[in-house]
Amino acid sequence: MSDTTLPTFRAATEEAPFLRIALIGIAVAGLAVLVFAPLAVVFGEALREGWLAAVESLGHRDARSAIWLTLTITAIAVPLNAAFGIAAAWFITKFDFRGKAFLITLIDLPFSVSPVVAGLCIVLLFGANSAIGGWMVAQGWPIVFAIPGIVLATVFVTFPFVARELIPVMIEQGRAEEEAALTLGASGWRTFRTVTLPNIRWALLYGTLLCTARAMGEFGAVAVVSGKIRGQTATMPITIEMLYNEYLSVAAFSMAALLTALALVTLLLKTLLELRHADQLAAIRRH
Amino acid sequence: MHIDIDEIAKTFGGTTALLPVSLNIPSGALVALLGPSGSGKTTLLRILGGLEFPTSGRVLFNGQDATGLTVQERRAGFVFQSYALFRHMTVFDNIAYGLRARPRGQRPNKAEITRRVTKLLDLIQLPDIAGRYPTQLSGGQRQRVALARALAIEPRMLLLDEPFGALDAKVRKELRQGLRDIHDETGLTTVFVTHDQDEAMELADLVVVMSMGRIEQIGKPGDIRAKPATEFVRDFISA
Repeated sequence: MSDTTLPTFRAATEEAPFLRIALIGIAVAGLAVLVFAPLAVVFGEALREGWLAAVESLGHRDARSAIWLTLTITAIAVPLNAAFGIAAAWFITKFDFRGKAFLITLIDLPFSVSPVVAGLCIVLLFGANSAIGGWMVAQGWPIVFAIPGIVLATVFVTFPFVARELIPVMIEQGRAEEEAALTLGASGWRTFRTVTLPNIRWALLYGTLLCTARAMGEFGAVAVVSGKIRGQTATMPITIEMLYNEYLSVAAFSMAALLTALALVTLLLKTLLELRHADQLAAIRRH
Repeated sequence: MHIDIDEIAKTFGGTTALLPVSLNIPSGALVALLGPSGSGKTTLLRILGGLEFPTSGRVLFNGQDATGLTVQERRAGFVFQSYALFRHMTVFDNIAYGLRARPRGQRPNKAEITRRVTKLLDLIQLPDIAGRYPTQLSGGQRQRVALARALAIEPRMLLLDEPFGALDAKVRKELRQGLRDIHDETGLTTVFVTHDQDEAMELADLVVVMSMGRIEQIGKPGDIRAKPATEFVRDFISA
């Protein structure tokens, strides 16, 4: 590269300068329009009347209830889906059985079904007019228009995240290390704890973080099953929509900014963990 | 420990991996299961180790029926084809794994574990690599660590699946002698799987030639060379 007397040869994978600049330009412009601009608008609108107004709007009773509800739902749905995801991925990758491809498709179903449809299905299955729902209401444990329904909807919509992250990693790693642990006398549980889990922990972390971000932000399915009862079943996204429809722009965008900030924190967490364990990650990936 | 394989057969779904085969392995022998891929040799090895269960037939360890023993109860030192070292653990932790996995009452204390791991590292002539990760080792080193890890559990027998398969020719020759030495030193009944007839003939006391799920011939290397029992054996060892 430094030798100027030779004609300049380009590496086979390198592109002409103008093409490089054009491609980078398109990428940056795309990011600016699709990611940075909306982020800036959300925070800008929230702070239009100053910090005080934004913070005050979040301190409102209904707002606090929405924040608390969203965090609770997330805290229930994410561990459930992490457990389901590990179980599903384990089952699919460690055993051979008929209908495997079908099961993998089934796991992806929540990605392809509209969340609104999913919500409607939950209402039909567990609503007060259904057999199960009617009985539950009679016991004083309504599902639809209550927290259990929102949890169900959230779990359904975010179901594939963990399993989808784990399946390719576990397929690539195969069964040999687990078999080795078993021949060395380890029980199934010990093998899972000391061999399987450490090998999948990064994929599990990514899946869980994505799942968390999605669980906090879920709108469609929750909108159908929650009944949007202010102060009771209105989650953060639902509250944002209601506030916006009522022209309470600062309150709506303050809540939106908080939701965005929560998502950004999960991403920041992921990056920090990656930096801290960079050597370990490299050791695993070099394999 | 002597091992008797009594009419063992194995089918996976609709395909037959092993026709009923019988084989007696004397205590302390070094046995090669030799055959092309698909001959059922690895299946037979995995059945001995308790990683697969036979469709029919029995396995006897020292005359006792061991067919129903779980993989943990077999106490077979198993070396896998690509070694299957735990990639997130150091060499030390890899070798110590089996000792730490023992039930509390039988688990050696920390000092004893260190002593045993150090001794095994000396045995495989790699005393200085305890702190390294598997990815930082050469293929030959990995194979020897896998061997040490299998020996750490004080196994009743040693089972090796293509132990030299992933190595280049020079290292392969060195490690053959290494396995022979370790076998002679520990006196363990040892069964290894290979598709390389030179390897089988040079290393083993007893060679079992397999093809299409059946045993074609059992014999000392010299006898098999001198008197191949079937057309297949003649072809295979002259290749």
